Amino acid sequence: MVKQTTRILARVFVGIMLLIMYAPILLLMVFSFTEAKVIGSWTGFSLDLYPDLFRNTEIVTAVVNTVVVALSSAAVSTVLGTVGAIGIHYSGRRMKTALEGVSQIPIMNAEIVTALSLTILFVYFGVRFNFLTLLIGHVVLTLPFVVLSINPKLQQMDPNIYEAALDLGARPAHALRRIILPEIMPGIFSGFLLSVTLSLDDYIITAFTRDTSFATLSTYVYGVTSKKGTLPPTLRALTTLIFLVALLLLILMNLRGKKREEGTR
Amino acid sequence: MSRIKFSRKWLALPYGIFMILFVIIPLLLILAYAFTDVDGHFTLENLTGFFGSASNINTILVSFIIGALNTVICLLLGYPVAYFLAHRDMKMPTAIVLLFIMPMWINFVLRTAATRDLLYWMGLNGGAHPYLCTMIGMVYNYLPFVILPLYTTMTKLDYSQIEASSDLGARPWQTFVKIVLPMSAPGIVSAATMVFMPTMSSYVISDVMGERKLSLIGNSIQLYFDQGLWHMGSIVAVIMLLLIAFGMVATKNVQKEENVRGNMW
Repeated sequence: MVKQTTRILARVFVGIMLLIMYAPILLLMVFSFTEAKVIGSWTGFSLDLYPDLFRNTEIVTAVVNTVVVALSSAAVSTVLGTVGAIGIHYSGRRMKTALEGVSQIPIMNAEIVTALSLTILFVYFGVRFNFLTLLIGHVVLTLPFVVLSINPKLQQMDPNIYEAALDLGARPAHALRRIILPEIMPGIFSGFLLSVTLSLDDYIITAFTRDTSFATLSTYVYGVTSKKGTLPPTLRALTTLIFLVALLLLILMNLRGKKREEGTR
Repeated sequence: MSRIKFSRKWLALPYGIFMILFVIIPLLLILAYAFTDVDGHFTLENLTGFFGSASNINTILVSFIIGALNTVICLLLGYPVAYFLAHRDMKMPTAIVLLFIMPMWINFVLRTAATRDLLYWMGLNGGAHPYLCTMIGMVYNYLPFVILPLYTTMTKLDYSQIEASSDLGARPWQTFVKIVLPMSAPGIVSAATMVFMPTMSSYVISDVMGERKLSLIGNSIQLYFDQGLWHMGSIVAVIMLLLIAFGMVATKNVQKEENVRGNMW
């Protein structure tokens, strides 16, 4: 009886916490279906904010820029990080400790310190801020996480398979591609996804290392909120769309996880 | 035998070069900038100038208090959620944990602005209550970072010890204080490190939620960045770095939940 009550109370608590967490997003979603200038004054159901959103070239450009930066920095980080993780794994003990220690720096460091340090580097060497400086900033942000995702897969790997491939006459490059890469593929994949999410979400490094004419979603939203107070109506529609995409991804991931579980049974 | 034998450790070379160029050298530059003046001469004036101003001392104090408060509140709210999800036979606990994390997939600045809009709608104005609104914004942003490591630790708890404790006559709260709490310490420590330092060094949340009425360490670095005062910005960054290093040393001997951010995927 007591157990039953605590179970219900536990569920209610988790439910309320979820509701509070989602309250801001739900509020924006509800008011994305009315044209009201401010949240709270419902002026009738309307879908007009959605076409308005796609006609707003500033927002569309910012979203496209965000995706371009996320995908390109994640691609660079994944390649550099995969090769790096393999190298670190086979390095001597001292080199390994040094490289793993360096990898921890951007993870432990405050993002604003990383951002300022990169800015000073570029200022010191007289580099003009452009897409490349922004890309480097995002690679610094995401690269250590790629190495961190791949590392456990390398440790789980049977070291003898690679040696066997060499004994059987495979050249090192061939053995790397055919033996090691497939083994660590799940780590590479999750490293890439983690890079994309970290980059999409980033504001601070973007703000410090970009060319000021280049806007991402973060810098665009920061710009309009500091000017006007509440979010412009079209951004309510954008929040709704982003939320739906995230929800869809979550459901897909959950289904994929379930399938994998069933497959191993 | 003049041919250099291919060794897999050389694969770490591009990674190492990248990290030296864009992580090590920028940090050394920050150190150099912090203790030089505009002409490049050694000086302690940046340091004394920073600590000579009462508003800067205030900034550090406020950052500490807000960082500590945020850590405590996030732990108080997140701990029961993680505990209930792991031990009160909820349906689909991993899916619910993912639901708590999912708001992180909505752009950080957009999410923070949405929280501000919610508070506006409820009649809570950041201009009038900058500290309260900033605290709420901080909790919203950092709660998922707490739930994730705590949940991971909770699922690994040895449940037989908990049962043994109650079989031997311990009251529920005794079991909790003497068994559950110590066993979940690694999760608590990593959750706290995920919240405390990032809160102190963040500036977007305090800017957006508090309408620029309060200043954290992150805000003062950003302010110097905006004015192009690299040397002053660097000294604040060095202070931040020292705080982070101190935090790392303080928790060095405590077992931690590894790679908390990487567990997202």
